[in-house]
Amino acid sequence: MTRKQKRLSLIVAAGIVLAAAASLILYALNDRIVFFYTPSDVSKQAIGPNTRVRIGGLVDVGSVDKSALPIVRFAITDGESKLPVVYKGSLPDLFREGQGVVSEGVITQDHVLQADTVLAKHDENYMPKEVADALKAKGVWQGGAPK
Amino acid sequence: MIVELGHYALVLAVVSAFAQCAFPLWGAVVRDPALQSMARPSAVVTFILVVLSYGALTYAYVNSDFSVANVVMNSHSTKPLIYKISGVWSNHEGSMMLWVLILVFFAALVALRGGGMPERLLASVLSIQGAIALAFLIFIVLTSNPFLRLGDPPPDGQGLNPILADPGLAIHPPLLYLGYVGFSVAFAFAIGALIHGRIDAVWARVVRPWTLLAWIFLTLGIAMGSYWAYYELGWGGWWFWDPVENASLMPWLMGTALLHSTIVMEKRDALKVWTILLSILTFSLSLLGTFLVRSGVITSVHSFASDPGRGLFILGILIVFIGGGLLLFALRASALRQGGLFAPVSREGALVLNNLFLAASTVAVLVGTLYPLVLETFSGSKISVGAPYFNLTAVPLFVILVVLVPFGQSMSWKRGDLLGVMQRLLLAFGVAAVAALIIFGFTFGGPVMAPVGIGLGLWLIFGSATEIFTRIKPQRFDLRIMLSRAIGLPRSAWGTALAHAGLGLSVIGIAATAWGVEHISIAKPGEKIAVGPYVVMLESSFKRSGAGYREDGARFMISRDDQSLGAVETSKRVHAGREMPTTEAGIATFGLGQLYASLNEILPDGRVSIHLFWKPLVTLIWGGALVMAFGGALSLSDRRVRITAAERVTRSVAKNRGAPA
Repeated sequence: MTRKQKRLSLIVAAGIVLAAAASLILYALNDRIVFFYTPSDVSKQAIGPNTRVRIGGLVDVGSVDKSALPIVRFAITDGESKLPVVYKGSLPDLFREGQGVVSEGVITQDHVLQADTVLAKHDENYMPKEVADALKAKGVWQGGAPK
Repeated sequence: MIVELGHYALVLAVVSAFAQCAFPLWGAVVRDPALQSMARPSAVVTFILVVLSYGALTYAYVNSDFSVANVVMNSHSTKPLIYKISGVWSNHEGSMMLWVLILVFFAALVALRGGGMPERLLASVLSIQGAIALAFLIFIVLTSNPFLRLGDPPPDGQGLNPILADPGLAIHPPLLYLGYVGFSVAFAFAIGALIHGRIDAVWARVVRPWTLLAWIFLTLGIAMGSYWAYYELGWGGWWFWDPVENASLMPWLMGTALLHSTIVMEKRDALKVWTILLSILTFSLSLLGTFLVRSGVITSVHSFASDPGRGLFILGILIVFIGGGLLLFALRASALRQGGLFAPVSREGALVLNNLFLAASTVAVLVGTLYPLVLETFSGSKISVGAPYFNLTAVPLFVILVVLVPFGQSMSWKRGDLLGVMQRLLLAFGVAAVAALIIFGFTFGGPVMAPVGIGLGLWLIFGSATEIFTRIKPQRFDLRIMLSRAIGLPRSAWGTALAHAGLGLSVIGIAATAWGVEHISIAKPGEKIAVGPYVVMLESSFKRSGAGYREDGARFMISRDDQSLGAVETSKRVHAGREMPTTEAGIATFGLGQLYASLNEILPDGRVSIHLFWKPLVTLIWGGALVMAFGGALSLSDRRVRITAAERVTRSVAKNRGAPA
């Protein structure tokens, strides 16, 4: 192989790998990301079934129902709308009524979030950033910056 | 008084770091040996000042000086000594102090070790390290002063965040920072070489041990952090694709690429420009990680404080060093003499492929980590990028890389013989494939990814074994000759083989997670629950108090085939002065697998809601990382790789050239 050919084969190999990586990334960014909504967003816009979503807000006071453990039911509220959640799994240590929460799953046809993930964070003052922004925008929650 | 001295030393360190940065750099530009010679003493002085300052802060912690705000917020007089010492870096201010301490430590090491290097290169390198130290010292002094006094000291501190009150705190951050910051040496050498305008195999020989050292620490730090999260958070997972985890994974991927390209440069004098670029990018990713973690733009366990001023400051540092580094690269890279060429099928070619795949997977992780931030800034939409994205992008790229590793490892330099390599690897491939098939048969109907992944891991392990065997195999079989040749093999050869085999072990551990069993049960006392091959029985629930906490817990007896195997306890713990409970997972190790019990809650009627996992072979994930790090350490101990080796080489090179270096 000549010097030129050697260099060319290198460039071709690099091109193939990078193109493959780029197409994987673009495809995954289109298909494998999850959007964040508040309960009122959900009531306003149609979210297709089988679309994974993240819902953030406060755990509605008085909504937590553990009568069918390990299935837990609760509602997420942003002061305007509420969204019922059904979740089978372990609740995080900081899960409390009236506290911030982010839950991920699929919204069913009867308007319930079938969640497989419930997140609350590791700090007493914690309010998930997305939740804090969303609630501040609605004027529900005034607390200081999450610490 | 000591606290004020610490603060004073910190301010003096700013001045000293400025001297370390400015004078030698000027000296390097105008070729003034007197100015250049200031580099070494000023690097040592900066180090001593930062040590004094850091020591003063530790002193305040150990003596529970509650007139210092930082101590009040993060310590408590009853804390055990280990948490007082490690409490220093449990918060934003202190962890930045640790960051800078390690940075100037490496600079001082370079200053003390760099005897044989050309004075001008050394001056440039140390001045770049001084510049990084200067930026972060100013950051600490202006925005994150840990020595702030309180006018009205409280009687006791607020204690450490209970999640952090763990031996993991003493180990994980220092290891991780040694890795992160260790790459600053390669960065400084890259910039130094660009200023100096000359780069050759000796440069690679000098830089390689530093890169290897940083890589070893980063490997250990990531593995330790993963295991800590696994047992402490009670979620049963060991990797969450959390932005902060990605922040440490990216420099690791890039650093691994750098490690390999440096070898090509050292051995074959090729890939010079690329290696320089990788050195800049690896430390840039370390800086980016620091920014992501410290600025609070990302919510995570690690973001202690989100003060916009701090975020902007670090962003500024980021732009100056990454932008400046890349600009200098763009301007000067063409001046570097291109190195030797090689056939595409060769060890060099294989290492180029390794670099390509590592770089591509770094990009995939980078995009997934930053895309949510970028999208939110420009469109206001909030998204989360999680495991599904990374499993589709970074993971396949990494898997292809793993498939290629044994080929590269067996290839010879300059011009490789692909057919010969395939013949040699046929046995390793056969064994791995047959093992995967047998496992597939025995677990038929189960997840296919597990046997495939295990086959992949075995392919790495047997590929490494083949490489060693090929190198020690005599003409006719003779165990004695083989043994003596095995001992005679350079340690770096063993290091490479071990590191790759360690990667294989981790791959096996990860693949086996597909066989994991998990379920949530509501157990009555005496009730038996099957978890994989084991049966656990709720023995009792209890309330008790320990040092600084009280807890509600449950005790389970474990058995297999009616044979008792001991007990496991899991609890919810509430620490004094904190409202937030933490889950203490119960972990029982059987062979290489673990039974993992995490308490959800104890119901009023005495039943216990529990999350149980059986995780076969899970310990291999971290065990493999330990083997990788050990392989790295073995390479580092090779006398041809050791940090002092550069000195001898430069001297001998100088001698051969018949001119002083």
